[in-house]
Amino acid sequence: MITLGDYLIVSGILFVIGFAGVILRRNLIIILMALELMLNAANLSLVAFSRFRVGLDGLPDYNVQVFVFFIITVAAAEVAVGLAILVALYRTRQTTDVNDISSLKF
Amino acid sequence: MSPFLFWIFALLTLIFGAAVVINRNPVASALSLVVSFLGLAALFMSLNAYFIGIIQVLVYAGAVMVLFLFIIMLLDLRAEEGRQINWLATAGGLAVVLILLGQIFSVVSHFAIAHKRFPPLPGSTIDDVRNVGAALFGNYNLPFQIVGLLVLVATIGVVLLSKRQPR
Repeated sequence: MITLGDYLIVSGILFVIGFAGVILRRNLIIILMALELMLNAANLSLVAFSRFRVGLDGLPDYNVQVFVFFIITVAAAEVAVGLAILVALYRTRQTTDVNDISSLKF
Repeated sequence: MSPFLFWIFALLTLIFGAAVVINRNPVASALSLVVSFLGLAALFMSLNAYFIGIIQVLVYAGAVMVLFLFIIMLLDLRAEEGRQINWLATAGGLAVVLILLGQIFSVVSHFAIAHKRFPPLPGSTIDDVRNVGAALFGNYNLPFQIVGLLVLVATIGVVLLSKRQPR
């Protein structure tokens, strides 16, 4: 049978994949995608705990699912702003590589 | 959900998630991310969180990924050609990643309730959307309004950022 630990392990591995993308890749678009992977890993473990913590009425904990809903909304807003910054950066520097963006002012 | 289906969708999510990081071509990465999100939506549904699963498909696999693909094609990004790799930085990054992975495994394996099964739900179907909606518009009404304001601010900010600045 599937236990809570199986979901937590899958969520942990997904988080580590996203973390590896953020610190190993140099392309800003890939870094943004890896950030999304990390947020989704957190969502998966939250939903697993919500299903595990069945209340007195026999239903999953819906407070957690509302929290996941808020995370998804904020993540969508974050992607939109991040990609707008990326486009503005590309317009001035013609690059999306983080190694080429090392000066504070240009 | 049967264990067989769980492992199918978990492997789908993890393999395509790794493909996002490994692929050199941004378009291939974005398409792998779509498949990874679809597998994750199936995992949400296996946890009886149908509303979150649908939202995952609509918002992430739909809207966010269209945004990513649109930006990749707008900027006309190509696969990175062989930039020399800084082996010291890569080895350090991999070490940090492996340490984090080991820590997660050790925490989960020493976590007492992680070995328990999920408690059964009373009925075969639950009014998932109704219950999430009741919590969202009842207890969490103020945070919901604040998130609406945040999305408005993000929209205005994106429009301002993408406008061409006068020199």
